[in-house]
Amino acid sequence: MSEKVLMKGNEAIAEAAIRAGCRHYFGYPITPQTELAAYMAKRMPKIGGTFLQAESEISAINMVYGVAGAGYRVMTSSSSPGVSLKQEGISYIAGADLPALIINVQRGGPGLGGIQPSQSDYFQATKGGGHGDYHLIVLAPASVQEMADLTAHAFDLADKYRMPTMILADGTMGQMMEPVSLPEETTSKVEKPWAVTGTNCEREHNIINSLYLVPEQLEKKNFERFEKYAKVEENEVMYEEYMMDDAEYCIVAFGIAARVSKNAITAARAKGIKVGMIRPITLWPFPKEAIAKAADKVKAFISVELSMGQMIEDIKLAEECRKPVVLCNRTGGMIPDPEQILKTIDTLIGGNN
Amino acid sequence: MMRIKRVTLFAGHYGSGKTNIAVNYAEYLKNEGYDVVIADLDIVNPYFRTKDSIERLEENGIELISPEYANTNVDLPALPSEIYGVVQNRSKHAVLDIGGDDRGAYALGRFAPYILEENDYEMIYVANFSRPLTRTAEDAIEVMREIELAGGIKFTAIVNNTNLGQETTIETVLNSSHEAQRLSELSGLPLLFTSVEKGVAKRLKMTDVFELTLQNKYYDII
Repeated sequence: MSEKVLMKGNEAIAEAAIRAGCRHYFGYPITPQTELAAYMAKRMPKIGGTFLQAESEISAINMVYGVAGAGYRVMTSSSSPGVSLKQEGISYIAGADLPALIINVQRGGPGLGGIQPSQSDYFQATKGGGHGDYHLIVLAPASVQEMADLTAHAFDLADKYRMPTMILADGTMGQMMEPVSLPEETTSKVEKPWAVTGTNCEREHNIINSLYLVPEQLEKKNFERFEKYAKVEENEVMYEEYMMDDAEYCIVAFGIAARVSKNAITAARAKGIKVGMIRPITLWPFPKEAIAKAADKVKAFISVELSMGQMIEDIKLAEECRKPVVLCNRTGGMIPDPEQILKTIDTLIGGNN
Repeated sequence: MMRIKRVTLFAGHYGSGKTNIAVNYAEYLKNEGYDVVIADLDIVNPYFRTKDSIERLEENGIELISPEYANTNVDLPALPSEIYGVVQNRSKHAVLDIGGDDRGAYALGRFAPYILEENDYEMIYVANFSRPLTRTAEDAIEVMREIELAGGIKFTAIVNNTNLGQETTIETVLNSSHEAQRLSELSGLPLLFTSVEKGVAKRLKMTDVFELTLQNKYYDII
């Protein structure tokens, strides 16, 4: 780890991507992720990389599709409305089994919404977003350090499983500044024998494609892809358990909501209420087992979100509706404060504390 | 260390700490007995604004002029017409918080002629050598020249605001003073002061330290 520097979350993603060997960035500016593109614009020309501001998000994601097919580490970034525009391209990348990284620094929605932070693209990120049967590996950082670390990890996972990965951050994570130890430059090179790099007339040509004319072939491909997804679910789940050992109530929260929740847990424990937290770091694959295990001992779950409760059904499915799940949320660019979380807990236990 | 002028401008790389210094400097002027107005000219930064300190400024009797859409959901880089009043009507001492980098400094261009004509200003470059794109004096000079071109006013002084946010130690500050001196020599501009968060400043044995009370957004997050 290198000497610490002070960075915005958006910059940390950009620098970590460069250190992970990404030399190709395609994007289109949108608040609150613009610093990421601006950082790439400054750095890429100095290191022989490509920064290209495309004419739209749709063209940017299709440039990612092309470069991913050629076997290079490549990324794009945007914020909610821009990521909606990219969905067709993401589906094609998933359908062609290509590794690529997509960053979503979420803002308020639906529609043009607003520029303040949000987590309301949870469904879009974890349940598809584009058409067809596919998944993205979705990583949710909760600090500027994790913005950097998970970016490097996301590139590795993308290459390992030949599938697109996503960093699902929120505007606060993108804009806030914290000290960071940047990951070392990667030196290892991933072999990609499937990439379209020119045959030199020495081998059969590779094809990058998501079109299957024969239904049986498409079905076979889909079954194979879901075998791969099963391996991801088995091996790549990441989460943090916080004060869960003696917890009677379990907060489930990610990103900025998890940061606020830690403050609330400190305050609750000062009042003698035993609250802990499971913080999913991978949103897909979701930490089902950890939630199911928690359901054996806690009285209830509290989902703290900057959305109308999009994560609740994943919690309920994981714990098979054995314990109640209540929502504590703000939307529209607002962030729940520790007092609101405390109040939710108080209501849950009947206001006896 | 201070050279009080009618107009003091703070500009620099984004994230270097301009807003925090501007707010504290406005309070310093007020304590010195001046009638003070602070104006937020930042048209690029969506969050963490001068307006976050509105209560504190009002308490201290400092007038705040800030873009109408600051801290809202509207992404509209519009500046209020009152800013013309600040540069044209010379009754108050003014602190101008300029947006980061050359992109942020373009907004200064339209007010620069008035400031230059009055010729009673200090244009201060805020340096943070813990920021990844301004780790050295050479990097800082590059940003400095870009801002001067965009904003139309040459820098007249430097302040060293090197920090690592909540992890700032006295070493963070002390280790940066060499680079700050180099920037001063390379640019030919005086280093006015080193600005340090007040808790760290108390433990720091150094001359020309300007103590900062930092903006608190929402609450301290763990």
